[in-house]
This record gives sequence, C-alpha cells and structure tokens, in this order.
Amino acid sequence: MDFDPVLLARLQFAFTIIFHIIFPSFTIGLSAYLATLGAMWLRSGNDRYQHLMRFWTKIFAVSFAMGVVSGIVLSYQFGTNWSRFSVATGNVLGPLLGYEVLAAFFLEATFLGILLFGFNRVPPSLYVLSAAVVATGTAISAFWILSANSWMQTPTGHEIRDGIAYPTDWLKIIFNPSFPYRFAHMLNAAYLTTGFVVLAVGARYLVAGRHVEEGRTMLRMAIGLMAILAPLQLVLGDQHGLNTLEHQPIKVAAMEAHWDGSKPGDFHIFAWPDEVAGVNRFELSIPKAASLVLTHRMNGLFPGLNSVPASDRPPVKIVFFAFRIMLAIGFFMIAAALFGAFLWWRGTLFETRWYLRVMAQSWWVGFVGVISGWIVTECGRQPWIVQGIMRTADATSPIPGATIAGTLALFVLAYGVVFWFGIYYINRLIAQGPRQVAPETGRFSPSPISAAQDAGREAMQR
Amino acid sequence: MEWYLPLIWAAVIGIAVVMYVLLDGFDLGIGILFPFAENESERDQMTRSIAPYWDGNETWLVLGGAGLFVAFPKAYAVIMPAFYVPVIVMLLALVFRGIAFEFRHVSRSKTGWNIAFAAGSTTATFAQGVILGSLIQGVPVRDGAFSGGSFDWATPFAFVCGLSLIAGYGLLGATWLVMKTEGPVAEKARAHAKALLVAVLASMVVVSLWTPLTEPRIATRWFSLPNFYFLWPVPSVTALIAYLEWRWLEEEERDVPPFLATMALFLLGYLGLVISNFPYLVPPSLTIWDTAAVPASQIFMLLGTLLLLPIVIGYIIFIYWLFRGKIHEGESYH
Repeated sequence: MDFDPVLLARLQFAFTIIFHIIFPSFTIGLSAYLATLGAMWLRSGNDRYQHLMRFWTKIFAVSFAMGVVSGIVLSYQFGTNWSRFSVATGNVLGPLLGYEVLAAFFLEATFLGILLFGFNRVPPSLYVLSAAVVATGTAISAFWILSANSWMQTPTGHEIRDGIAYPTDWLKIIFNPSFPYRFAHMLNAAYLTTGFVVLAVGARYLVAGRHVEEGRTMLRMAIGLMAILAPLQLVLGDQHGLNTLEHQPIKVAAMEAHWDGSKPGDFHIFAWPDEVAGVNRFELSIPKAASLVLTHRMNGLFPGLNSVPASDRPPVKIVFFAFRIMLAIGFFMIAAALFGAFLWWRGTLFETRWYLRVMAQSWWVGFVGVISGWIVTECGRQPWIVQGIMRTADATSPIPGATIAGTLALFVLAYGVVFWFGIYYINRLIAQGPRQVAPETGRFSPSPISAAQDAGREAMQR
Repeated sequence: MEWYLPLIWAAVIGIAVVMYVLLDGFDLGIGILFPFAENESERDQMTRSIAPYWDGNETWLVLGGAGLFVAFPKAYAVIMPAFYVPVIVMLLALVFRGIAFEFRHVSRSKTGWNIAFAAGSTTATFAQGVILGSLIQGVPVRDGAFSGGSFDWATPFAFVCGLSLIAGYGLLGATWLVMKTEGPVAEKARAHAKALLVAVLASMVVVSLWTPLTEPRIATRWFSLPNFYFLWPVPSVTALIAYLEWRWLEEEERDVPPFLATMALFLLGYLGLVISNFPYLVPPSLTIWDTAAVPASQIFMLLGTLLLLPIVIGYIIFIYWLFRGKIHEGESYH
C-alpha cells in the first residue's frame, strides 16, 4: 500500500492538536474562574464560593492533566513529524516556545500542586493566590504559543538565507501583525467556552432541582460574564478578519468562497464550493454582504480565489464550512447570553425552564467553536506552513508513510480511550455536585477527584 | 561568541536533562514499583508521596525538548525523526501514566488504571533508555538530515540501556519511598532498593565495558593518557557511593541518605556519559557547534533563561518544602 507521508503527517498533527486544544480552551477560562471564586470567598467570607471553587478545582484537575499530557506530545511533534520545518524556523520559533516553557509551564505545574493538594497546608490567601498564578500561567502560555502560531501566519522581523529564517527584530517577531488579534480572539474564546460550561452545569442543577443555590450562583456569574464577552467576541472576530484580509487575503476568500475578485462579494449562507470549476453550487446568498463586512462598502472589492493558481489555494470547502460553524456558534452564544441577561433583568431567569433546558445541553458549543475557528485559520493558511516562506509539503521529516500511519493509529486509539474516560469522569463529578465536596472529612485523599468520590460515598451511606 | 554560546547552552540543556532524570526518575520509579505493592492502601501511599510534584517533574522533559529546539534546532531535527517510534511510544506511555494518576482515584475499579500507571511508567522509562543507548551508538546523517530507517534504534545495546534505566528509576523510586513513607511500604522499598542497587551496578559495569569495546572514540577518550589519570576517580567514587548506599540501606534509621546516594550515582553515570560523548550531540557526526542556532537566538533565550530559571527553581524548592515530611498510612494529608 502506498501512504502519502505529507498527508499522514498532517492528519496526525491535526488529530493531536485538535485533541489538545479542547483542554486549554477550557482550563484557561476555568483557572480564571477558580481565582475569581476564591477572591469572592476571601472578600465575602461566604463559604458557598469556597465550595464552588473546590468543586470546580476537581474538574480542573482532570482537564488539566489531559491538557498537560497531550501538550507534551506536541512539543516533540515539531521534531518527529516536521523536522525540516524545525530546521528552517528553529532560530525564530524556538525561543518563543522556550519562553512558554520557562514562563508558563513550570508556573502552572508547580502552583497546581498547591491548588490541588495544599488547601489545608497553606493560608487561604496563598491558596487563592495559587489559583490566580495558575490562571496567569495559562494566559502567558497562550501568549507565547499564539505568538509563534501568528508568526507562521504573518511572519515579520526575520530574514531568509538559504531557506532558513534568521531573527532580525525580536519585537517584530513576537508582536507580528496578526498576533494581537489572534491572542485577543482566542483568549476571549477560552473564557466564553468555560463560561458556557459553567452556565450549562448551573442550568443542569436548576432543571434537576439539586444544588439550587450553587446553580444560581453559577448561572449569574456565567451570564454576567458572557453578556459582555460574547458581543465583544463579534468585534474581536471582525477585527481579526480585517487583519487577515490585509495579510492573508486568500484565506478570507476561502472563508467566503469568493472566487471572482472583480465583483463585490456576497455572503453565502450556504454554498457548495466546486474547487475544480472554481465556482459555487447551490448558493443561498445575501448579495454584497461579504463586501460590506470586509470593506465597509456595498461595492467594495476584495481578492478572489481565482486570483491565484489552484496550487496556491487552501482547501476551500473545509475553510468555508468551518467558518460557518464558528459564526453560527458565535451568534448562538450572543443570543443565549443576551437573552439570559434579559431574563435575569426581568427576574424570571431561574423559572424559565425551556431556557435552562437548552442551556443545560449546550456545554459543548464553545469547544466546537474553538475547533472550527482553528480549522479556519490553519487550513486557510495552506498550502503554506509558514505563509509565503515554506510550503507544508516541504516541511516534513524523512519518515516513511507507513510508520506515520502506524503511530497515527496508536494516537487515535490511546486518545480515544483517554478522552472517553475523561468525559465520563468529569460528567460523574458534575453529577455528584458541589455540596458533597464541602465537608472536609479530615481523611487524606491523594487526588481531588477521589476526595469528591469519598465524600459522595459517605453522603450516600448516611 | 559562536564558540562559547553553544557550550553554555549545552550546559543549560544538560542541567534540564539531569533535573528531569532525577525528578521524573523517582516518580516514574514509583510506577515501576507499583506491581509490587500488595493492596490499594500501599498504592495510595505511593502515589500520595509524589502527587504534588509529578506534573512539575515532567515539565523538565518539555524544557529538554524545547531547549534542544531553541538552542540546537539541527540536532532536534535529526534526533526526533531518528527516534520517531520510541519517542512516540514514550509520549503515549506518559499520556497513560499521567492520566492514570488522576483517573485511578475516580474509577470504581482501580485495577485498570493501576496497570496503566505501572505499564506506562515502565514503558516510558524503557523507551528513554533505548533512545539514550541508541544515540550513543550513533545516528546516520546525510546533508544534515536523518538518513536511517524507522527501526534502526532497535539494537541489543539499546535494549540493555532500556532495562538499565528501569533498574535506575526503580532505585530512585524505592529510595524515595524509603525517605517519604513508613511502615510496610518503606520496609518493602528498602528490600527492593537493595536488589535494584545490585542491578544498577551491574548495568553500569556492562555499559561501561560495552561502549569502549564497540565505540573506539569512547575507548580513546577514557583509556588514552593523560585522560586516564583524570578520569579514574569517576568509577572509583561510584563504587564508594554504591558501597555507602548499601550500608545505609542496611541501617533502619537512615531514610534520607539512600535517596541522596542514588542521586549521586545518577550524577556520576551522567558525568560518565558526558565524558564519553562530549562534544557530540548526535554522535558520531554532529557536535554542539554544528547544530547550534544562530547567536541572536541563543542570546535572546539565554537572557530569559538566566532571569526565569532561578525563579522556577525557587518555587520548585518552595513546593518541595511545603509538602515535606513523611506520608503516614491513613493519616490526613493536610
């Protein structure tokens, strides 16, 4: 059998990085939520916040562990699967990743130890501070890794000699043109993703009539946050899109399935891009809406896919549909948050059961939104691995396709098992709920999860 | 600058690797010893003794990988493809043992995750030993890229190194338990430590004889004059420390010295490897100077390292201090 090593290497990286991004997009926001709960506990002295913090810390522990182990894999995959990319870009990207490890990973891992195991060993203020440090660590980590990714999208501050990038200006490398937009958009997405999980768990408790006080607190905090962040995400996304139009116009053309740059762009609610003929089938469009959004003029023009040869175009269907999924989720989030805020203002938030029921089922939307967004930006950069500098096909390691196929199968198998159990355990922790965590049994539990379980067992035996 | 920057970076990465081996070594060792625990209470004490640290310990592995990418991208780009299969097996094994850590406490039946923790730890250790052994034997390079096959690493010597490292991490784990636990767990660990100490010494002898016999460059390094005059203390001190460690393991009241002695043995073994292979990063062809990133990159990262690494080490010391003392059976951790 003939394996295509480039395609397999891409599939393997896509699989491992999609699996990985699920966890940071949750833990970046969740650690900030933990710190917020801790601060409110310290300020108000209300133990409900402490119970909530301890409850979410257990879920954080499981998620963070999955994020750590899947992240270690990625730091080695640059070398195992993309060694020619590593040689060409190591001078520039290496330090950005190095700073991520030194400034963020150790910070997170070490203070996580205090957060998980130090509750009765350190004063409350240091305990809460640990949560804040972990939250800061995750944000610093996002800063560096998004800087590195953005440099691959919009490389600046370097010069190329013999196919190898040499740094000339570190500030231009770190703060490359797309970085501020991508960083803001992703960080906000992470907070929104977590907000939706908290909202869904709170709604789930209210629907079930269990842990009502805790559920209400979760609901209020989540809606309060998201009523601001969800609309903000629309603004950030719009700005990010305009930045992409300036630096990677073909990516935008693929997002809009816009072929002919000599005409204003329609916004296609649905279309089936035909990449061979260079046209769309089954279009359902709002005339000139894409031009209006992207150029702020009805008849504004922006480059079409046909302006470059087919070999320089990204896979249009993937980018086009992933973009639509992301948009749909973004608007759903805005609607859910604003309607929730409206109900809260009317005073009927906790009684509007259909709203709570829908929200209780919506915990996953943020994750799908984040993954779709990343598919848009990563597939939209193709066929380049570093825009304009190196093609993905030239970046792989000298590894036979069969070896990559074998390890890809191992990854799918292993991550499948890990993911299934992780979701299962998190769901069980949520089902057990925050109250049973609250009484300190005085008995050691080596892991927060087992603390939850022990407490749960005891509660059931009572 | 182009001469000494790679030297400094080799030292930094060398420190990261030492930290990784010593720190993750003892918690991987706990996994290696896991099958010998008799009941869940013993296994709980064993995992409890490393719970607050393992994540931080494993971060040194990320620093080692990232550091290699930062400072020696051309070596990174050869070593990773050359050890593609063992690296990925190691990473997947680490996934399972890291996950098992959290999951075994949640699960109603712990058996499956106990097996995952033990098998993951042992497999990851074995893979690390294989990579090390195979790297010492050399990696074929053409035009700056790996030019061998997917399974070139599978040599008898590499497998011996894999088994040796299992014994070594097992010894670190056993002496860690002697230090951090008490009662049956500690007693059993003491017995295991003695057996493992013998195995580690045997491994050291085998590796120390095998490498100079098959790699002429290593024989020249050790046995040519005047090198020999400077180098003979390395094996002598190793033998002395091993003897002292055995004595300490015999005395019930000595619970910290055996762990320190094991760390010293690891440092000496590591020193031996450095002596054998310096200045090669990818023997027998690529040195630290051949593979170095440009000075601009090495300096930029070095500034950050000099600023951040002391802080990192500071709070790592803090957390070891915070969770100091022995784990008692059934006693509250808090």
